[in-house]
Amino acid sequence: MTRYAGNVAAIRALVRDQEVHRDVYVSEEVFQLEMEHVFPNSWVYVGHDSQVPNAGDYFGTTIGTQPVLLVRHTDGKVHVLHNRCPHKGTRITSETCGNTGKFFRCPYHAWSFKTDGSLLAIPLKKGYENTGFEQSHAATGMAPVRHVRNYRGFLFAKINDGGLDFEDFFGESLSSFDNMIDRSPVGQLKVAGGVLRYMHNCNWKMLVENQTDTCHPMVAHESSAGTVVEVWKKAPPGTKKPMAVEIIAPFMSSYEFFENMGIRIWDNGHGHTGVHHSIHSDYSAVPGYFEKMKAAYGEERAKAILDENRHNTVYFPNIMIKGPIQLLRHFKPIAANKTLVESWTFQLVDAPDMLLERTLMYNRLINAPTSIVGHDDLEMYERAQEGLHSNGNEWVNLQRLYSPDEAEQTNVAVNGTSEWPMRHQFRAWSKFMTMGM
Amino acid sequence: MSMLADAPLKSAVPTDQELIDFVVREARLIDQQRFDEWLDMYADDAFYWMPLEWNQTDPRLTCSLMYEDKLLLSIRVERLKGARTFSQKPKSRCHHVLQTPQVDSRNTAANSYVTWTAMHYVETRLEEQTLYAAWATHHMSVEDGRLKINLKRVDVINCDAAFGNIQLFM
Repeated sequence: MTRYAGNVAAIRALVRDQEVHRDVYVSEEVFQLEMEHVFPNSWVYVGHDSQVPNAGDYFGTTIGTQPVLLVRHTDGKVHVLHNRCPHKGTRITSETCGNTGKFFRCPYHAWSFKTDGSLLAIPLKKGYENTGFEQSHAATGMAPVRHVRNYRGFLFAKINDGGLDFEDFFGESLSSFDNMIDRSPVGQLKVAGGVLRYMHNCNWKMLVENQTDTCHPMVAHESSAGTVVEVWKKAPPGTKKPMAVEIIAPFMSSYEFFENMGIRIWDNGHGHTGVHHSIHSDYSAVPGYFEKMKAAYGEERAKAILDENRHNTVYFPNIMIKGPIQLLRHFKPIAANKTLVESWTFQLVDAPDMLLERTLMYNRLINAPTSIVGHDDLEMYERAQEGLHSNGNEWVNLQRLYSPDEAEQTNVAVNGTSEWPMRHQFRAWSKFMTMGM
Repeated sequence: MSMLADAPLKSAVPTDQELIDFVVREARLIDQQRFDEWLDMYADDAFYWMPLEWNQTDPRLTCSLMYEDKLLLSIRVERLKGARTFSQKPKSRCHHVLQTPQVDSRNTAANSYVTWTAMHYVETRLEEQTLYAAWATHHMSVEDGRLKINLKRVDVINCDAAFGNIQLFM
């Protein structure tokens, strides 16, 4: 049954000012339309420069559910190619990442391609003579994603020709990337420490929304963060607070703490929590780090960079970054009720190792499939994914601190417990879903 | 179940059988959800390590699934008892099948003993039952006449796969 395909009015009707229809989470048809419209119309994160440092290096990922790969060409440019052989569709690379040398070779019939995707050679080429092969789609090689942008090492790609250009899509929100990168004394990040992968039986948007949900930590995480606080109280007085306690305990901060920390709203569904302070504000100083930052930027600028404690910056449609600890989470949609979460960590080039150690500890304690904090969240998503099938109420309420004139506003900082960012994400969702329909 | 591993060692130096019994008992305490007794098998400065990478050597600057000291382990154990531990309502259960542990090294002078144990571990909650295959490496020493774990390393065969929740201890 199709209810939504090509039906702009029906799709728009899923998002009201203060609530959204459950079909945005549970309908397989809506999910397929997201893959056809939301993701191809958006600038989607595909990876980081440091994952493909040398010519021939490649890394496989997805835009929505479409497999793509990034590859560094001989001229140093990174190309994003659809990861399929133009012959019969075989995925070209066998590993997620590696180095292919000067060309890709399909493992099925040995068609080969230059690292910019163009066709290099076909065995028994004579068999294609007088068949009109030159005019075929296959003759053009591996299809490139035409719109690729490298922002200070972070690579984004857009499949559709329509939609917004990069600057209009992101606008002022790129300041969160700037702050994360500027935390390196040489202004450079490097993917490091390995990627944590976590499978969630829930819709991808539940994860995105949760990044700006500040009314759940003290409730859902009472079992993990609350226990940390309780166990830590029993430590003998004067015991040095371990890094792990510094990381987990702030999840139990009060409603007042989260109200006052603020949320900023940007265009197109982007925004961040932690305008004034955040759960990352009170980490212990890392020896030698500020001195390096001061030498690189001057004292005033170094302080300004480090005093920014943005908590979660959400970039529509499906990533979140944490500047103060150099972490990026990628919420990869698989089905309406299935999402792969990848948590990537970055090393600040030319900064003390202890910063990477803290980043990795955070990732392990909060984002791992073995993390008790992660267990708290996933339990809630999965219960929501099931509960939404109840016909008792077809609508999800997103009304907290709603203001009738908010849709016209952008780049505003509001109460940290507002559900404005979620309403804002759904306004963007509706826009990119119907763009070009 | 033999009380050997629980009781003080018969002599200052553990026999191979005492090491083996100790490792088997550890798995049994987890299966029976006797987590306080389980935690007592660990030395105060012990670590429980589950690498994220095949043949991982560095727990500090490479991410792990778990790399936890006794404080963090005791937080996990306390959490499992909590009234608002929603992801454990209902509780998970688990089941270990161990191959006989092999004593890889005995260094009496350094008070250091290492065993290697292949195992299958099943964790279940609600309708889901998940099988993991792993190798456990136990680094142990004798403390006040009893064996203690200094480091337990669990290498899951598909350590880099995308897992759902792994809630108990392998």
